[in-house]
Amino acid sequence: MRRFGTLLLLPIPLLLGGCDLIVLAPAGDVAAQQRDLLVISTLLMLLIIIPVMALTVLFAWRYRQGNRQAAYEPDWDHSTKLELVIWAAPLLIIICLGALTWAGTHLLDPYRRIDRIAAGKPVTPEHAPLTVEVVALDWKWLFLYPEYGIATVNEMAAPVDRPIDFRITSSSVMNAFYVPALAGMIYAMPGMETKLHAVINHPGRYLGFSANYSGAGFSGMRFAFLGQSPQEFEQWVAQAKAEGKGLDRARYLELERPSENEPVRRFSPVAPDLYQAILNMCVEQGKMCMNQMMSIDARGGLGMAGVYATAPLAYDKFARRGAAATYVASICTVEEEEAAFRAAREASRPGLVTLRDPSPLRGAGLGRPWTENRRVGGLVPAVQPAQPSAL
Amino acid sequence: MQTSFLFGRLSWESLPLHEPIVVVTFGVVALGGIAVVGALTYFRLWGYLWREWFTSVDHKKIGIMYMVLGIIMLLRGFADAIMMRLQQAWAFNGSEGYLNAHHYDQIFTAHGVIMIFFVAMPLVTGLMNYVVPLQIGARDVSFPFLNNFSFWMTVGGAVLVMASLFIGEFAKTGWLAYPPLSNIGYSPDVGVDYYIWALQIAGVGTTLSGINLICTIIKLRAPGMTLMKMPVFTWTSLCTNVLIVASFPVLTAVLVLLGLDRYVGTNFFTNDFGGSPMMYVNLIWIWGHPEVYILILPLFGVFSEVTSTFSGKRLFGYTSMVYATVVITVLSYLVWLHHFFTMGSGASVNSFFGITTMIISIPTGAKIFNWLFTMYRGRIRFELPMMWTIAFMLTFVVGGMTGVLLAVPPADFVLHNSLFLIAHFHNVIIGGVLFGLFAGIAYWWPKAFGFKLDPFWGKVSFWCWVVGFWLAFTPLYVLGLMGVTRRMRVFDDPSLHIWFIIAGIGALVIAAGIGAFLLQIAVSVWKRKELVDVTGDPWDGRTLEWSTSSPPPDYNFAFTPIVHDNDAWADMKRRGHGRPLTGFRPIHMPRSTGTGVILAGLSVACGFALIWYIWWLAALSFAGIVATAIWHTFNYHRDYHIPADEIVRTEEARTQALASRG
Repeated sequence: MRRFGTLLLLPIPLLLGGCDLIVLAPAGDVAAQQRDLLVISTLLMLLIIIPVMALTVLFAWRYRQGNRQAAYEPDWDHSTKLELVIWAAPLLIIICLGALTWAGTHLLDPYRRIDRIAAGKPVTPEHAPLTVEVVALDWKWLFLYPEYGIATVNEMAAPVDRPIDFRITSSSVMNAFYVPALAGMIYAMPGMETKLHAVINHPGRYLGFSANYSGAGFSGMRFAFLGQSPQEFEQWVAQAKAEGKGLDRARYLELERPSENEPVRRFSPVAPDLYQAILNMCVEQGKMCMNQMMSIDARGGLGMAGVYATAPLAYDKFARRGAAATYVASICTVEEEEAAFRAAREASRPGLVTLRDPSPLRGAGLGRPWTENRRVGGLVPAVQPAQPSAL
Repeated sequence: MQTSFLFGRLSWESLPLHEPIVVVTFGVVALGGIAVVGALTYFRLWGYLWREWFTSVDHKKIGIMYMVLGIIMLLRGFADAIMMRLQQAWAFNGSEGYLNAHHYDQIFTAHGVIMIFFVAMPLVTGLMNYVVPLQIGARDVSFPFLNNFSFWMTVGGAVLVMASLFIGEFAKTGWLAYPPLSNIGYSPDVGVDYYIWALQIAGVGTTLSGINLICTIIKLRAPGMTLMKMPVFTWTSLCTNVLIVASFPVLTAVLVLLGLDRYVGTNFFTNDFGGSPMMYVNLIWIWGHPEVYILILPLFGVFSEVTSTFSGKRLFGYTSMVYATVVITVLSYLVWLHHFFTMGSGASVNSFFGITTMIISIPTGAKIFNWLFTMYRGRIRFELPMMWTIAFMLTFVVGGMTGVLLAVPPADFVLHNSLFLIAHFHNVIIGGVLFGLFAGIAYWWPKAFGFKLDPFWGKVSFWCWVVGFWLAFTPLYVLGLMGVTRRMRVFDDPSLHIWFIIAGIGALVIAAGIGAFLLQIAVSVWKRKELVDVTGDPWDGRTLEWSTSSPPPDYNFAFTPIVHDNDAWADMKRRGHGRPLTGFRPIHMPRSTGTGVILAGLSVACGFALIWYIWWLAALSFAGIVATAIWHTFNYHRDYHIPADEIVRTEEARTQALASRG
């Protein structure tokens, strides 16, 4: 029976040899450090797991009922020394592991700029980071390269050994941005921005995907991550510039509509304020951006008048993004808002509506909006200087 | 969506007639249902079932009914599992598999919901319900009617989940229904509403049952049984029920908020108007993490009882076992964030929750050592419960190790939501909860029915489960390390295929294990004369439940036992305790009532009406619930006395049975 069991185990290493354990053999330094932590933690725990498993088998065999040679002490149920050992042994392992965790979590915080390209290769001022803005759409990925004015769908590229700063958001539901060869995953959430810092060390074509279920087209939400030499990357950018159509707000709204298994697409030029508008959920004309709403709220809100300001805020509460044209802006400018209030007051509800001084809406009297992203609970409130261009 | 006054959103299109798989399933279920109903009618069993079981407030019968519910729902949940395994083994090389996204996404959601809420919870609750009062020398739980009501509310939730299979659809959101996906904009159909109301109705039952068992353990222990003399299973049950009472209200609240978002248009978890989906994720895991300890703690108790009994030894380190349980209970509230390290919390927050998670492994490790040293210098009988325990010890430590691994945030960043995670939690839930339930069922079956389970088919089931588990989930560990994420419907990397095929074979072996388990029950009932146990103590047990007859009489104990030691029955046997044969007095008992069934039935109607926007029915059934509850308060026929001569006859029969054995 046992020999048979060993025979059954034989094909396993063969199988393992044939498959690509990307998490254990990544191509990016961040993922490699995460892998190291994973391996060290496993070894540390095996220090206690293996003896426990061995003792289980040993005791089960030795103290079986049939073995009359073995000692039998039915009333032995306490030993202070032994109790100390059985609490202390896991405690010691956990102290080591806890220290490792504390240090590792801080060093590998995805929000932290990386400080090395690879072991022994620190980041120097020459290493200008590449900023990539990532948007999870239903059900595809949009990558914006603000530095180059290009955008791509379901394919992204980065030059090897150049730090990448990801800014990640989503247009509709939660997803997770994950390229196993590059670095660990981070959630992509609508109206919020998460960050990831990474670097790719080996050229190649890697798989990226959403690692958080997001609806019907989730399985097809994959993209290619290309690690390229600087020259190849230049060509890749040039190709996008040459082939790409422009990506403005109108085209984004088309792109945003739910679709599955999208092919690679390239765009250029890209409206410079598009990412901020996506993040603040105000790509549609006439919609109030979340950062504007938040700065109004921070000033104490609009009082009763605010009730009338909700229409330009609705985003996806009643229908999926891109499912239908559900929204028509009624108030687009401060002047129209004033007129609307005045009309409402004159029409039917004289006591209800008091016209407030609209100057805060025009920006008068507002403090300087946050320019530095402040971290609250790990998230960046989408308070950015308003992008006046399209509104 | 079109709604009418009379039927709300419900229409002929709600029936999934376009899904051939569902139609065939419905056919099979309908035929099976008709056969069962026909058989019950033919053998005139309805009256018997109603009087003796459905309306019974006897904790033993309710416990058994919980187990039956859990086993039936296991079949449904496992059917979902097999369908997923088949789809994932099939959808390669350009094939879409046999399930479309609409169907597949419901299946993995239903699998998770059913296995946790309607398999693991009823089985665990059933075991506690059956065993705890017997272990503490009580005649029933503190609130027998509440117990019956709790059970039927759990059934009510299960009924709604099953109804979603044939009327409308179930949620397509994953088992925790994260918004915004679960909010009305992205899930406008009835699926999430089924989810909300099934869990709310079952949640009422679970919470009340938790309160009931806490009261029972605190107030109804036999004289002499101080807290530190309670059997370990009772201790772990106490901690589990404390967890239930402290955490299920959070689930109820978060589902109420999600329901308000969906029904009333509030903005708790929307993207719009300052809603925060992250709040939902936090709240649901504040319930969700304690939930996994709710499931595992009672089984730690089972393993303690089994190890001690079958090693013929006192439990090693009883005190440290109890403290370990309490420490786990408290710590389980301080770890919820480890389910979403990847949401972007800062490094310090992530490390805090990572380290608290690891700290839980210390008391858990101590427990494993305690079982080990209970075996040390014992005389281990490898009966079925003990075999499950050894399999648990070898399997669970691996799951524990991968769990601690996932608690290291940077490691979690590469393994979160991957099949590695799936393998991990099945490793602890199957290797811990399920193996423990099988150990518990094999261990206490003779107590409940008076005959042992057939060991041959038990062993077949055991080996199928153990081998099947490793076959099914080792490939998932490997796939996780290959970066494969969960809930995928279609694959395009052919190198993954072989692993999904192996996992599928593993699932088939587990199916054989389930089959053998059912066969074991059938064979045991068939051969009950051969397997009979008249002593009431077939395993040389150590705790009070083994001191009474099998099955125990309605009143459990003719005289309330007096406890001097924490292995009370072992202590009584050692000191030559004789069964009292005279001086019986009438025993005060609670009377059966159908109110629980009625209330739960009305709750199902109310839930169904709310799901389909049939407002008049919702209002009517809600009024019915309130009216029935008030009416029940005027029911003064709540108790009766078992006359002394009936007790004399019962105890005399037992005396003769014991004597006939010699």
